Amino acid sequence: MKILVCISKTPDTTAKIAFTEGNTKFDENGVQWIINPYDEWYALVKAIELKEKDASTIIHLVTVGLADAEPIIRKALALGGDEAIRVNSNSNDSFYVAKQIATIAKEGSYELIFTGKETIDYNSASIGSMLSAILDFPFVSLANQLDLNGNTATVRREIEGGEETCEVNLPLVISCQKGMAEQRIPNMRGIMAARTKPLKVVEPIETIARTSIKKFESPLAKSGVKLVDPTNMDELVKLLKEEAKVI
Amino acid sequence: MVLVYIDQADQQIKKSSLEAMSYGAALAKQLGCDVTALILGTVQNNLADLGKHGAQKVYHLKNESLNSLDVKLHSTLIATAAKNANATVVVFAHNINGKAIAPAVAVKLEAGIVTGASSLPNTENGFVVTKTVFSGKAFASIQIETAIKVIAINQNSFGLVDYDTSATIEEINISVPAPSIKITKVDKIEGEIPLTEANLVVSGGRGLKGPEHWNILLDLAKALGASTACSRPVSDSDWRPHHEHVGQTGIQIAPNLYIAIGISGAIQHLAGVNRSKTIVVINKDPEAPFFKAADYGVVGDAFEVVPALTSAILKMKSTA
Ligand SMILES: Cc1cc2nc3c(=O)[nH]c(=O)nc-3n(C[C@H](O)[C@H](O)[C@H](O)COP(=O)(O)OP(=O)(O)OC[C@H]3O[C@@H](n4cnc5c(N)ncnc54)[C@H](O)[C@@H]3O)c2cc1C
Repeated sequence: MKILVCISKTPDTTAKIAFTEGNTKFDENGVQWIINPYDEWYALVKAIELKEKDASTIIHLVTVGLADAEPIIRKALALGGDEAIRVNSNSNDSFYVAKQIATIAKEGSYELIFTGKETIDYNSASIGSMLSAILDFPFVSLANQLDLNGNTATVRREIEGGEETCEVNLPLVISCQKGMAEQRIPNMRGIMAARTKPLKVVEPIETIARTSIKKFESPLAKSGVKLVDPTNMDELVKLLKEEAKVI
Repeated sequence: MVLVYIDQADQQIKKSSLEAMSYGAALAKQLGCDVTALILGTVQNNLADLGKHGAQKVYHLKNESLNSLDVKLHSTLIATAAKNANATVVVFAHNINGKAIAPAVAVKLEAGIVTGASSLPNTENGFVVTKTVFSGKAFASIQIETAIKVIAINQNSFGLVDYDTSATIEEINISVPAPSIKITKVDKIEGEIPLTEANLVVSGGRGLKGPEHWNILLDLAKALGASTACSRPVSDSDWRPHHEHVGQTGIQIAPNLYIAIGISGAIQHLAGVNRSKTIVVINKDPEAPFFKAADYGVVGDAFEVVPALTSAILKMKSTA
């Protein structure tokens, strides 16, 4: 079994979200970078769990990013995974990124491709779906459980108003969310091993981006909280009904 | 032509699809073109009623095998229908189905896509769509460079528009390929409005001390007709089910009213709820960071304030 796990670098969840260059660029000043939580906690750890069950499993990680993504990919390798591939490019266009990963996926003939359900920076939730279309593989989104039986995957996924179990043949693209695996912390052995694991850098294939970011904006700040006396809930109900008009 | 994909769950058209329909109709008006809805599978709704939200015409591919989500199948059929109709923009709801399908459709149409859109595009100079980024902590305006465009509009961000018309229905015939997945079990959460569709949400945090105290929150939710949510530690400790976890690493919601009870308002929590129209915070600590993001605040003990609020709501409802 060959698994490809897509890894994205995102700002830490507490990072200050600010912009520079006339609000056209994310201000990276002082920002701590992390592995996108969904990629790390669910996609990567699930792949590791599968390898623990079947030692012949091969896990490759892929990221589309510049050299500054390497600490993140090393951290991912410290958790697990056999080797990593970095496509030396940076783009905010989902199609551009998906096309790079699809190229790697085709060359490596992976049977399972994992993504997180979305990244916490651009929240586009697009890469998995796009990969499936480019590769012509089935796609299961929002998976929270996965069992493999030969060439068949049994996947539990979230649907509108509930959950569903389905059976799908490999090769397959899956987007992972909470429930899929238990978050882990890399141990010393893993960190040492990661230093010598192969990290291959490849140049991107030529692809024309289909979108471009023109500018960023911060949301309007709230005008300030109106405090209501805890012994006067009639007043709160009145405010919600007559002022906010939400009930 | 603007094509709006109307998705379904359990053979019912979702509110988020009606919002997408309203959005598509407004966009068609802005572009001076026609708008058509596309629905796959069999639904119990009267399809002509899609006219009430702006559809002029409804393409219907009536085939029971399309009632549950199969991204490979659905994206192929939607892309074919869009090509046959010469659609220039395809609109989806950014809900569970739309998130899964829309990017694949964009690939098949060689279209640029913006998911999580928050308003109509600016078409004065190009085609620029604003979307939420950084889990609602900012917006980005994104130019789509391709001839065909795909947009997935955020739930609860474009209000339903009512029209006084009825749509004509045209059954379409596209051959349906073999399914790529087989559904073996379905577990519905009965009787609850899915959180992402809820107008009113009551949410609890660690301040409620344990699952045995949730009845005060559930009573309030019942009095309001609200759905329930929780903070991450609450679902991590199994006090509440995982699907109630809201925040940066849970689900993101934008109800009209979000009532936070015993939740401190950590940045990761706020990221999931900051698009709510009105936020009420009930917390015994006046320094709780959540008050800075709130419209209304009550500094007090949840175990006293919440039952009092429930009574006040019931009183208001009985006299209304
Ligand atoms: C990478 C990462 C991702 C995360 N993602 C999420 C996420 O998606 N969603 C999320 O919610 N969290 C998330 N967190 C966790 C987040 O940082 C907070 O720890 C969490 O939101 C706190 O939950 P809480 O407010 O319920 O609990 P606490 O922070 O413990 O707050 C409890 C509050 O209850 C109040 N209280 C206590 N007793 C009473 C009473 N009797 N009456 C009224 N008020 C009372 C207290 O004053 C306090 O403000 C994430 C953290 C990290 C590091």
